Amino acid sequence: MNRLSVSRLFHLNNRKLFQALIARYSVDTGSKDYIDGLVKDDNVVVFMKGTADQPRCGFSNAVVQILNFHGVNKFSFHNVLEDESLRQGIKDYSNWPTIPQVFIGGEFIGGCDVMLEMHKNGELIEELNKVGIRSVLLDRIEEEEKK
Amino acid sequence: MPITVDQLKQKLENELEATHLDIVDTSDGCGAKFQALIVSPKFDGKPLLQRHRMVNTAIETEMKEIHAFQMKTLTPEQWEKQNS
Repeated sequence: MNRLSVSRLFHLNNRKLFQALIARYSVDTGSKDYIDGLVKDDNVVVFMKGTADQPRCGFSNAVVQILNFHGVNKFSFHNVLEDESLRQGIKDYSNWPTIPQVFIGGEFIGGCDVMLEMHKNGELIEELNKVGIRSVLLDRIEEEEKK
Repeated sequence: MPITVDQLKQKLENELEATHLDIVDTSDGCGAKFQALIVSPKFDGKPLLQRHRMVNTAIETEMKEIHAFQMKTLTPEQWEKQNS
């Protein structure tokens, strides 16, 4: 490859990258269409303050802990503190006024209180099961029964 | 103006005909964080998510100012059972 084509290729890639960035950042992250895509992106999707590793709110942290407790360590999360448009958009989308918000199988499940309640009454195990996730709590329950 | 416990109680009594309310301001007075126990016959036959939505709607204006609202939503029967 001669020098000229290398520089042209570089130029082309740069332009593509530039266009990709424009496309990405001109998306309205608070729009229904965009959020529709996000919630269906993964079996479990959490809109939270901070990240799964470093939640920045006690309620967001609680939701992550509950999921982890059921062995759900891999899930999609979106940090609303990094995106004001998404922060408002997700509230409008689910008609729910607070963060965190949990979606399982594209369906809105609830916030922290609902998750905690569903964890306590066993419904969470069923909800996870619907999307093919087996809660590790089931293994523990079975082990206990064997004893 | 910070949201007060009385303000929330009044709304919930009016909108949800709450028969028992236990609301605690956990924000140290800035009015942005509450814990609530709400007992209402209107919750009868409604799943949890629906109940929470009813509360959110009843205090919609206040929720815009409130940062965190933890709630327990019970029917009068559930409340009685819990106390017996």
